[in-house]
Amino acid sequence: MIWVIEFLIMLLVLIVGIGALTVKDLLGAVILFGAYSFMMCLLWAIMGAVDVAFTEASVGAGVSTVLFVAAVFRTSRRTKD
Amino acid sequence: LKIIAAVAVTLCGAVLVYGTMDFPAWSDPASPAATHVSPHYIEKTMQETSVPNIVTAVLADYRGYDTMFETAVIFSAGIACLFLLRVFGRREDDGAMVCRHIPTGITVRIKKGRDLPDGCVEFERIDSTWVPHDIIVKNTCRLVAPFIQLFALYVVAHGHHSPGGGFQGGVIFGAAVILYSLSYNLQSATRQISERAGLLLSTTGIFIYAGTGALCLLLGSNFLNYGALAGVLGVDPVTARSHGILIVEIGVGVAVSAVMVLLFYMLASIGRLKEGL
Repeated sequence: MIWVIEFLIMLLVLIVGIGALTVKDLLGAVILFGAYSFMMCLLWAIMGAVDVAFTEASVGAGVSTVLFVAAVFRTSRRTKD
Repeated sequence: LKIIAAVAVTLCGAVLVYGTMDFPAWSDPASPAATHVSPHYIEKTMQETSVPNIVTAVLADYRGYDTMFETAVIFSAGIACLFLLRVFGRREDDGAMVCRHIPTGITVRIKKGRDLPDGCVEFERIDSTWVPHDIIVKNTCRLVAPFIQLFALYVVAHGHHSPGGGFQGGVIFGAAVILYSLSYNLQSATRQISERAGLLLSTTGIFIYAGTGALCLLLGSNFLNYGALAGVLGVDPVTARSHGILIVEIGVGVAVSAVMVLLFYMLASIGRLKEGL
């Protein structure tokens, strides 16, 4: 039964990653990137790498999202391309 | 050009996926990664270092050099961000400050050179961009922040027995300060941890790590061989390695939390450290 969850999370990682690349709103891209980090964290946890999952959750989904949001707030919210 | 790039990226991805076909199966006991040093770590970590969490033991003891230079990399990232973004001395704003009358919510703009009357506590200084009157957010963050900091200390101290360690604990501690800075304003956060204090803390963290290694060297052992600290700590060499890991993790935690706070200060205030988000 675990492979269903794993497959779902893998699919979500793909969708969210492509979404973060293609979306025009940079704030939306940052939020999608945070979701991507969280899905990766779940994947690490499923594979038994709990320390890596913890790091991914705190650094990837936590602080780096905040730093990205701060950077977006202080620059522009729209991409040029 | 975009089509060419897309084709190139797809080809590279296909080659990479093809390359993973030759990898040994996941958790294969005969794979190269699992045959050289891994059995030694799995069998001997408990009797050599008395640390139940093998990941922590490998990270901070067997591969101590890697972790030290990782911390140095984070420190240099913080310093690079500081040099890129920090604006020294240049004053472009008109020196005015914006204050809010707390009971009524009216904001007033005070010109340069003027100040609030002495002993006036009904005004609070706010950022010049729109700041909502957010009593719920402020009080929630004020209630939650101490628990986050306590959890961060737990993560650092309990890294021997459960997932966690200096990096995660330091990041969580830095996140608590960032939360405080977001819910109040940048000035109240820099009053707690100033830029100078952040820089000092980040260098102190590196110094704790490298100093522990150098102490081992002075006591006649290899660099970062914590067994040499047995005489100083008054325990047997195996427990000394466990304690050495803890000291090093504290160093990593201090450095990482200070760098995270510094990065947020720089990014949120465009290097001026006057107004945050």
